[in-house]
Amino acid sequence: MTIPADTKQKAAGRFQVLRLVARNKLALAAVMFLMLVVLCAIFGPWLMGNLIDKPNFRARNMAPFSLAQGWAYVLGADTLGRSLLARLIVGAQNTLGIALFAVFFSMVIGGFLGLIAGYSRGLLSSVILRVADIVMSFPSLLLALIVLFSLGPSVTNLIIVLAVTRIPIYLRTTRAEVLEVRERMFVSAAMALGAGHMRIVFRHIAPIVLPTLVTIGAIDFATVVLAESSLSFLGLGIQAPEFTWGAMVATGRGYLSNAWWIAFWPGLAILLTTLSLNILSNWWRTYADPQQRWRIELARSKKGIPEKRT
Amino acid sequence: MTASHLPTAHLLEVKDLTVDFLSLGGAFRATNGVSFHVDAGETLVILGESGSGKSVSASAIMGLIDTPPGEICSGTITYRGKNLDDCGVEERRDLNGKKIAMIFQDPLSHLNPVYPIGWQMAEVFSAHGVATGAEARTRAIDILGRVGIPEPEKRIDQYPHQFSGGQRQRIMIGMAIALRPEILIADEPTTALDVSVQAQILDLLKKLQVEDGLAIIMITHDLEVAASMADRVIVMNSGRIVEEGEARAVFENPQHSYTRTLINALPHDTADGGGRRSTAEIGKPILEVKDLNKFYGLASGFFGKNAQLHAVKDLSFSVAKGETIGIVGESGSGKSTVARVLLRLNEVSSGEALFHGRDIFQMDAKELLAFRRKVQMVFQDPYSSMNPRMTIFDIVSEPWRIHKDILDKPRWRDRVIELLGLVGLKPEHADRYPHQFSGGQRQRIAIARALACELELIVCDEAVSALDVSVQVQVIDLLAQLRDRLGLAYIFITHDLPIVRHFADRIIVMKSGAIVEHARTEDIFSNPQHAYTRQLMNATPRPKWETAPAAVSLPA
Repeated sequence: MTIPADTKQKAAGRFQVLRLVARNKLALAAVMFLMLVVLCAIFGPWLMGNLIDKPNFRARNMAPFSLAQGWAYVLGADTLGRSLLARLIVGAQNTLGIALFAVFFSMVIGGFLGLIAGYSRGLLSSVILRVADIVMSFPSLLLALIVLFSLGPSVTNLIIVLAVTRIPIYLRTTRAEVLEVRERMFVSAAMALGAGHMRIVFRHIAPIVLPTLVTIGAIDFATVVLAESSLSFLGLGIQAPEFTWGAMVATGRGYLSNAWWIAFWPGLAILLTTLSLNILSNWWRTYADPQQRWRIELARSKKGIPEKRT
Repeated sequence: MTASHLPTAHLLEVKDLTVDFLSLGGAFRATNGVSFHVDAGETLVILGESGSGKSVSASAIMGLIDTPPGEICSGTITYRGKNLDDCGVEERRDLNGKKIAMIFQDPLSHLNPVYPIGWQMAEVFSAHGVATGAEARTRAIDILGRVGIPEPEKRIDQYPHQFSGGQRQRIMIGMAIALRPEILIADEPTTALDVSVQAQILDLLKKLQVEDGLAIIMITHDLEVAASMADRVIVMNSGRIVEEGEARAVFENPQHSYTRTLINALPHDTADGGGRRSTAEIGKPILEVKDLNKFYGLASGFFGKNAQLHAVKDLSFSVAKGETIGIVGESGSGKSTVARVLLRLNEVSSGEALFHGRDIFQMDAKELLAFRRKVQMVFQDPYSSMNPRMTIFDIVSEPWRIHKDILDKPRWRDRVIELLGLVGLKPEHADRYPHQFSGGQRQRIAIARALACELELIVCDEAVSALDVSVQVQVIDLLAQLRDRLGLAYIFITHDLPIVRHFADRIIVMKSGAIVEHARTEDIFSNPQHAYTRQLMNATPRPKWETAPAAVSLPA
């Protein structure tokens, strides 16, 4: 999910994919940023884990771009004088972990239910849709509050709640696309060949719907990060001393007038991560469509087109 | 009607048009220095096979070429002396539809499936600010009537999928002529239509031309259509104009060798054709259809009465090994329904079809799977009958993925290449995607996929209708060859009577779901019994210079 471009590639094409990504400057920047974030998420706690909860009262609310307290404080410090850089790097793990799992589960479950709801026309389809309607019509934050309050706040519960509230979006989108795709002639052709329902749904319909889902997932990533931060803000999300970027934004909000950097840096990190995912998912959608792929393959030689006709 | 200050200017003139399409393998020159013009009240036919650049020329007039991948390298298009390149986007949009209208080849993909057709037609009026609301609706009904849709008041609220292919094309034509344009560009408008409908549409176009002084640019690969419409003809091949001139001169005395090839590809009227009829001994019947009936529910309103369409009425016939049955009928005759019902893609209403003595409609899942190895279908539209995200290898090998015991996986690749060879394609085609092939090639791929099973019977539903004449001949030759080599039987469903003439052993003529005539091919052609059969045979368009010697005089 972190690098959607790699999720559905045959081994043989892997290097070609990387080469094509490298050709597009924007996609390359997105890949590099996401790789950096992933590295932070993996190695961050090990590298800078001791800095995140070490108060340094000389550095309280320290402004960024100063090396007076050492390079760890280059992005400034929060109200307790903790290094923002260290907290950003370490916070990547919780943030990415929660958001990726939540997005992944809602996408898989929503997509799967959407395939069923779109493909079967019976009672099952109606039941799935009505349940999705109920989830959708219920304010998601309220639902989250109730569930977390009764189950108790924990990372697992948080992921479940975030995933459940986002499922209907994937479900509805998938169903709408399936309804269109299932009427296409190649589905009839597959039926005439004797293909079973599973084959038709997963080999013929799902690959056409998937790029849309991945694109929505990339956009939804930011929503999930922010939803998680508002839950944390209410004390039902992640519990201190654990923290995420969203929680950092939430705590920094109160100091925007005198120490903007506390909220700004985690906000920027969320923005850049979402943007990168977006760029990459867009790129992948083009790549995954055989009829569009030439756009990527052609980008190499913008003006160097041979004059001879083939 | 020509511009007053420029008496010599043509209504529309295209000069030296060169368009490239960029692709991975380099630039493809779609048209190369193409020049033509058209005047009010005249019909210019651009004749050529697929890939000849005829559609690109027309798209350029409408400004419909996507850049990239397209690139207009040179050329000017002038309408009433005004260079269209100088027009702004707004101006151009206003011109399109109002003054220059276009009818497209594929009526299915140019109607929005989620709106009733009445809404879509009314939009033509409201988009150009001509009429709105009830008035637009009245006009839309009026136009539907003009293009030959029965009961327009009732059908205006139906959706595109509720119309047959022919009717959808009529609707498209209706939308194009709705604003009474000066120039009508018709890109293969009648290719997918019934002969009798085709004749009506061509007549309609001619009528409009006389009434409104319409200039028509007609793009077609069909020589008969071209001859019946054209005042002047341009013949294109590989992006170049190879011949141009007065229609009669071009058709009766073609100068260029390519034009002569095209004219020779026409199915000839000789009595005993190219010998494509089966040579094998006709064996025992493998499929016996008895009293087949199929109803479709029409309007299933909550409180309304359930109207029913009797799509197939008491159909009975049999197919023997090595035999070809042609089912001929116009759109709406229920011939495609027969195919879909026989393959259990749609449920039957009543009747039985015995395949080797076993009723297809009573088969359980396991028997059905076995049945689907023996019987395959080749669909009408080679553009949509293949999954666009699968490679040719995946498409052709899919039967083996479904029926696991036909072939071991390691041998798939060799067998796919062998099958591609059998249908005249190259081994390296296996790793390409369907959109990289022409219509004829795609139909060959569909046939290769069908052959991947252990086939006994192929149901071809309009399998060659969307192809160029010369390609049609090739595909039918291929089918005939395969039949003789592999002992296949065919049910060949088509609207085009001449096509089956040299291919089918017996012909069933269907009208409104019922058989009107069922006889051996020779008997049908030499001595048609039913009036409808005779009507079908006489519907082939006749050259304009024979039917109306002094109909439209060319402006000087």
